[in-house]
Amino acid sequence: MTTENTGERTVASLEQRVAALESVLEARGLRAREFAEEFRHVAEEKWVPENGARVVARAWTDPEFRARLLANGRQAVAELGIEMPPHHGHLVALENTPKVHNVICCTLCSCTAFTVIGLPPDWYKDLEYRARVVRESRTVLKEMGLDLPSDVEIRVWDTTADTRYMVLPERPPHTAGWAVERLAALITKDGMIGVARI
Amino acid sequence: MDGMHDLGGRQGFGRVRHRPAAPTFHADWEKRANALFSLAVRHRLFNMDEYRHAIERMEPRHYLAASYYERTLTSIATLLVEKGVLTHAQLETLAGGSVPLALPSAAGRTNVAGREAFVRDERVRVRGEHVPGHVRLPAYVRGKTGTVVGKSPAYPFPDAHAHGVAASPEPTYDVRFDARELWPNAAEAAFVHVGIFESYLERAP
Repeated sequence: MTTENTGERTVASLEQRVAALESVLEARGLRAREFAEEFRHVAEEKWVPENGARVVARAWTDPEFRARLLANGRQAVAELGIEMPPHHGHLVALENTPKVHNVICCTLCSCTAFTVIGLPPDWYKDLEYRARVVRESRTVLKEMGLDLPSDVEIRVWDTTADTRYMVLPERPPHTAGWAVERLAALITKDGMIGVARI
Repeated sequence: MDGMHDLGGRQGFGRVRHRPAAPTFHADWEKRANALFSLAVRHRLFNMDEYRHAIERMEPRHYLAASYYERTLTSIATLLVEKGVLTHAQLETLAGGSVPLALPSAAGRTNVAGREAFVRDERVRVRGEHVPGHVRLPAYVRGKTGTVVGKSPAYPFPDAHAHGVAASPEPTYDVRFDARELWPNAAEAAFVHVGIFESYLERAP
């Protein structure tokens, strides 16, 4: 419980605060509890990294799709049936190469292309990642298990506005000839954030 | 505002608590909190910029100690009270205890007069402004010079949109900065890209 005593009145627990706000919206005719059910379903089934994995696998195997993805990310993911909310007006795919590594963050809050790469993981929203990755990216990545060679240029992308980013990781060399589905199974949310290699 | 939320480049934080395939949610109430925020925005009880700003206005000690979804709840509660949906006292009665809210807002502002459009590869400087209300600019680039690498479609101008002030939508630019110029002799080599609204930028001298 997060209840604490302020000396005057006990702070309502987080569960109590949620329930109170739900009842406020219910009283205004918004079906908050029903919507929460729907939200659970969408968050668990629809906004999943498997979407972005299909995008990356397709880009690895179809050079024309890759070019369209790099030119206009939002339109390219829509080809695969992946929607983005109206306020995500622009999706930029960031191509990793042997000499360039991209990593995304949001130092001000938690912005991500969540319908494509999945909702952001807990650590992405924590103070540590937000404070440190822009200033000591190489050390942070190393601590997270990605030790990049010193000749690889690091490009950090801070999602401070409504443009959304996803990292297009490098295709592992041992996957020549693999089918799209088998490639997609390799691709993780961490890879599309840029804190892991595939 | 130069708030506690503006964390980029702050020192003293430890290791990222990273695990592969880390979860987004830790408890069911967190999903319900996220759902409430999305439902409220969908029904225009408040907009995304008002929502972000109400998080930024949390008392700094509360902001730092609160979990991500407690910040979500605090923003929703604050905005519902500020917009007169119910009083703070009514909310506390419903919740069966005290409900901490964010602190009041300063004034917003409209687009910067005489702002200019920029093109790819152009050198730009972030205006050296201190904005009292909502602003979607991390302080670590204020007054710094970088290169335009991308341009977005026009979006509502957050400094106005968070405060009910009229303004024109404007594009943002992805601007590339050298980390070692952002924090001279005190950052690791990297390029840091920030999405910056047109009003925040001027042509580099």
